[in-house]
Amino acid sequence: MDMNFSAEESAFRESVRAFLKEDLPHALAAKVRDGKRLDKRDYLTWHAVLNARGWLAWHWPVEHGGTGWTPVQKHIFDEECIAAGAPRIVPFGLNMLGPVLIKFGTEAQKRTYLPRILNDQDWWCQGYSEPGAGSDLASLKTRAVRDGDHYIVNGQKTWTTLGHFADKMFCLVKTDTQVKPQEGISFLLIDMDSPGITVRPIVTLEGEHEINEVFLEDVRVPAANLVGEENKGWTYAKYLLTHERTGIAGVAFSLQSLDHLKQVARDQKSDGRPLAENPLFAARVAQVEIDLMAMATLNLRTLCAAAAGTAPGLESSMLKIKGTMIRQEITDLLRRAIGPYALPFVPEAFDEGYNEAPIGPDYAMPLARQYFNMRKLSIYGGSNEIQRNIVAKQMLRL
Amino acid sequence: MDFELSEERRILRDTAARLFRERYPIQARHDFAASDDGFSRALWTDFADLGLIGALVPAEMGGLGGAGVDIMVVMEEVGRGLAVEPFLASAVLGAGLLAEAGTAAQQAQIAEVIAGTRLLAFAHGEPDSRYALSEVRTRAREDAGGWILDGRKSVVLNGDTADALIVSARTGGDAADPDGLSLFLVAGDPEGVTRRGYGTVDGGRAAEIDLVGARVSAETCLGTAGTAYPAIERVIGRGVLALCAEALGIMEVCRDTTLDYLRTRTQFGVPLGKFQALQHRMVDMCLEIEQARSATMLAAGKLDAPRAERERTLSAAKNLIGRVGRLVAEDSIQLHGGIAMTWDYALPHYAKRLTMIDHQLGDADHHLERFIAFSKAA
Repeated sequence: MDMNFSAEESAFRESVRAFLKEDLPHALAAKVRDGKRLDKRDYLTWHAVLNARGWLAWHWPVEHGGTGWTPVQKHIFDEECIAAGAPRIVPFGLNMLGPVLIKFGTEAQKRTYLPRILNDQDWWCQGYSEPGAGSDLASLKTRAVRDGDHYIVNGQKTWTTLGHFADKMFCLVKTDTQVKPQEGISFLLIDMDSPGITVRPIVTLEGEHEINEVFLEDVRVPAANLVGEENKGWTYAKYLLTHERTGIAGVAFSLQSLDHLKQVARDQKSDGRPLAENPLFAARVAQVEIDLMAMATLNLRTLCAAAAGTAPGLESSMLKIKGTMIRQEITDLLRRAIGPYALPFVPEAFDEGYNEAPIGPDYAMPLARQYFNMRKLSIYGGSNEIQRNIVAKQMLRL
Repeated sequence: MDFELSEERRILRDTAARLFRERYPIQARHDFAASDDGFSRALWTDFADLGLIGALVPAEMGGLGGAGVDIMVVMEEVGRGLAVEPFLASAVLGAGLLAEAGTAAQQAQIAEVIAGTRLLAFAHGEPDSRYALSEVRTRAREDAGGWILDGRKSVVLNGDTADALIVSARTGGDAADPDGLSLFLVAGDPEGVTRRGYGTVDGGRAAEIDLVGARVSAETCLGTAGTAYPAIERVIGRGVLALCAEALGIMEVCRDTTLDYLRTRTQFGVPLGKFQALQHRMVDMCLEIEQARSATMLAAGKLDAPRAERERTLSAAKNLIGRVGRLVAEDSIQLHGGIAMTWDYALPHYAKRLTMIDHQLGDADHHLERFIAFSKAA
């Protein structure tokens, strides 16, 4: 047992830091740190910077343009990027679809789509959830019926994150209704320009537009866009949701926001002293920091086990539960730290170019909004209740 | 002991409930919140006509009640309706301060507040004061038979539309000293007063107010200069009770909405409510809301008790409401899932208001500390 990073790993961390210092655009990092809205261009800018360095598809195998990094290197990279204020890498093409195509796609699909993902020629979105199929995803109703060398797709998808930016959607559809729900699902790649597709915005509780509904009416999809075998889509969908463990615990996000929380608590006043010195508040911050230290170690244990090939995959459920609880706790403390200044709601302040003075301290304005937005962490990607069911059934055999 | 409402208060409650049910659908609420005033002046007049504003003000001041139980009855319905009208700012705090500390001439304005024709706001909080009641850095100095005010007031509830502000300022003592505090009734924005209004996360309105050499007359001072702290504490106490009751109304809507969803939303071929893990969370939510109701009733009953007992009970209620409020807001969203993350669904707006109540007049931690302090004193 050695709880320290190796010399190679530390050197790797230094090289990532040097890269970020040099190549991450300052204006972009400032936007992220100030909680401003990011537009499509911002994400594309960051992707291009990473791609130029060969670090965009860091999860992929080397032969497809990936990095071949160890899980610990991936973790270090993630941590440094978030600490430096880099935008997140939009996951749909790179982290979700890419690995599925690499494992299950045809040679033609790999040749066509993987380079286009790397070069940001296609922005992908995810067509999984439906109004009637949330936690019970397998009960989805969107139908795909074979018609010659096409499928005709009809149905409705929802919670489609950044779908309004998307060129293409990977989509779960029903191709057989006569069998068990999980056995009649297929995985289709759909062009968002296809006739019959309508994207409608969903405004979230904090007043932002990030997610969408997607309506599909008699959409013709070439049969060549089927990934893997017909009716085997559930296997690919599950692979997509569980194969990537590095980020699921959100350790890097939590470390960064804990650091932010401490800064805010040093600046805010309580009875004339820094809030950080208030024993009650200090205790709450310490408590979550202790949880996070253990969590970060649990995450690394899992990553190393994955590297050794012994992790069965259920750890990702445990990491998701604990990781999201900690992230949500930190956003709750951030909201509480700013006291009455949690109240002001000035949506235009998050636009680029807004230059009126902030209401209260400049760091206060995004915090209540982030607290409400982060409620999604324990709902999406398989709610924490579903994750507990998975652990209970498959790990504990209850 | 008697935990039942009197006939009169049942009528008051039913009147309020009917008005909100019939005139306050969620879309109307969004429209009121988005309007320039941030609330409906027409409905404010109707609330006045039906006695809902007067019920928050003591009878000897021209009101219709003003006891703890009156505040509780009205504000619970305000919570259930998710109303954005200035019940707290103008009626409980504004009229409350005039009643507690005002001169006879100033108290004569209470009638207009009750009639809904005059709006007040309490400009007390400051950028670094957080929730501390006596921490006031705004200064008032005597000059030529009047007063000159200098300072900044932050997150003043309904401070943008108020016809008059009640401004706390220091005429003596150090930054956190309870002695040396004074209140000034400032109408019509004299030179040197600027207000910057904005919307709040919960659909309300507030303002940042700058006072730079603002000259006001001697008659604007409420009561005797330097002695305002006890009145501030009593009125903030009434505000704390009002917020607790509002939170209760909100929590019951969250509970009922979530329960209804668990009964009707089907996944895995059964209603969500058939899953034991969700049943138990729903039971815990109900249990905690009953705790919150009990704490609020206790605080309502002690509103006129001697200081230490009153303040200790109010802080107990606000602490419990803060803790239970977070549980109810977060769990009602979680038990719903994605639908409760959307603007078009009513529930998250209740959850947001419930959360923001913890940011007004002291959060759970502030009242925990206060409870400990007053328990030592009791």
